[in-house]
Amino acid sequence: MNRTRLQTVVMIGLAVALAVGAARSVPAAEADDPWPDLARDVFDGRPLADGTGLTAIEMPARAEDAAIVPVTLRATLPAGDTRVPKAFTLVIDENPAPVAATFKVGPGVTMISTRVRVNSYTNVHAVAELSDGKLYMVQTYVKASGGCSAPMAKNGDGDKANIGQMRFRQFARPTGAEPANGLREAQIMIRHPNNSGLQRDPVSLLYIPLYIVRDLRIWQGDQLLLEMDGGISISEDPNIRFSYMPNGAASFRAEAIDTEGHVFKGEWPAEPAM
Amino acid sequence: MGSDRQRRRLVQSSYGRLARVAVAIVIIALVGTATLTYSQDQAEPLRVVEVADGDYVHFGAIALMTAENEGAIANVGFVIGDDAVAVVDTGGSVREGRQLLAAIRHVTHKPIKYVINTHAHPDHVFGNAAFAPRAVFIGHVNLPRALAQRGPYYLDAFRRSMGGLLDEVKVVPPTLTVESEMRLDLGHRSLALKAWRAAHSDSDLTVLDETSGTLFAGDLVFLQHVPVLDGSIRGWLKTIDDLKAIGAKRVIPGHGPMAEWPAALAPEQGYLEHLASDCRDLIKRGVPLAAAAQTAGLSEKSLWQLFDDYNARNATAAYSELEWE
Repeated sequence: MNRTRLQTVVMIGLAVALAVGAARSVPAAEADDPWPDLARDVFDGRPLADGTGLTAIEMPARAEDAAIVPVTLRATLPAGDTRVPKAFTLVIDENPAPVAATFKVGPGVTMISTRVRVNSYTNVHAVAELSDGKLYMVQTYVKASGGCSAPMAKNGDGDKANIGQMRFRQFARPTGAEPANGLREAQIMIRHPNNSGLQRDPVSLLYIPLYIVRDLRIWQGDQLLLEMDGGISISEDPNIRFSYMPNGAASFRAEAIDTEGHVFKGEWPAEPAM
Repeated sequence: MGSDRQRRRLVQSSYGRLARVAVAIVIIALVGTATLTYSQDQAEPLRVVEVADGDYVHFGAIALMTAENEGAIANVGFVIGDDAVAVVDTGGSVREGRQLLAAIRHVTHKPIKYVINTHAHPDHVFGNAAFAPRAVFIGHVNLPRALAQRGPYYLDAFRRSMGGLLDEVKVVPPTLTVESEMRLDLGHRSLALKAWRAAHSDSDLTVLDETSGTLFAGDLVFLQHVPVLDGSIRGWLKTIDDLKAIGAKRVIPGHGPMAEWPAALAPEQGYLEHLASDCRDLIKRGVPLAAAAQTAGLSEKSLWQLFDDYNARNATAAYSELEWE
């Protein structure tokens, strides 16, 4: 999915959210499943095959903290299957802008964990594009969190001084995976409010503009490992943990661009496996 | 340009229609208000306890907000001076707010001059409309922002558990905000208000009745009800140390029974310290968030009510914050 398409989807999402907000007295019919329309718009009408056994999505059955819901996407191809994942798209159907992110992936990136906002009870879809050029879909259902939990920032003052600060961490080997497959895991964290743009400024009563990390790329040496095309459902301080195949490069590099055009960069030496 | 003008005409003509609709709504609202005023007089007074001379509290149920408990889960109270009354939090529904108003009127007919909100959570502010527009609403300097950002979300989210009780709930922001400290005089009764750094939430405000020594701590203090983290775990632990310096005789926590001060801080301090040290250990060992949320803080399980409703959420928030240390 290209950038303009994602932006269109984001804008449609915003418009729908505002319209729904305006007509709040009319209860939304929960029976209206947005997925068929979403699937067609997001994937250009391409067919979505059943991804069971090939790809998987892991999310808690109930969102504990509405602002920080962990989600893991995996390629789970059977032994002997020579296909590899090329991209994962995460769609949170009932969120104001449903497309949380699209990740294009490089060698060994068969697992991606991140954190998202979940506004209400919703289906969540993961669509993997494999090297055969086809799309494979799996889904799960998440109950919204209860109590006073909200998908907005806990500390509205945030850490403005450190916007764009990056952390990179390398782990010995993937959790819950076969140690023999040679893969490792790493994690990138970026300080950023990732404002959804759906919040009102209490003084001006205008909607706070969308302010999010929209593009994040991570390289191992010169090899692009991961590119995230991010939407507004990604939590504050975007945090991505992923598997990869070490290629012997001496360093990792990351570059992020937010919606105000700020560019954030980082570089870290590759650590030997334990 | 032509289409702009056309659009403006369209907008204007729909304004004309809107105006007529608005007049109709105002008429309906006036009739509605008359009915409300009537039912307000009929509201059953909330059961309140005089915890000290001039200080009254309704102790909320240790539960989640539901239609059955009318959202009455937080401790709400009021202080009576020689000249006026101040309300501290209004409850989880306008119905509860109205019952609190009835309880006040049962005790005194002095004017209700101030309504103080200890933070932005629904169980503390959803009753505000029962006291609007006459009282001066007071809150933390961050409270308007928190209510603006979260109010519409809460109104949607709580419909599932509260149903029609939400119909009359309105987000009523403070008209007077506290940046650090403020003193209110109710007539030979002085209230000291203090705004805190992000701790339980990012709009925590405490109210000390300096005359009686009663501290209304809002959700900076939890007893029996597991603490709920919606601000900053590091900020809350620092705040607990600062709170100890307040010279109060007793505390009304946001949830749980009245207790001695500052001994009441010990249980939640223990919980938050355990949670923080578990999270730091899990982060260090590289355990991912989803797995960490299931184990951090578990050693405290037997000490708290509603533990299963909030602990994984607290762990999630604490882990994400401490990951940046």
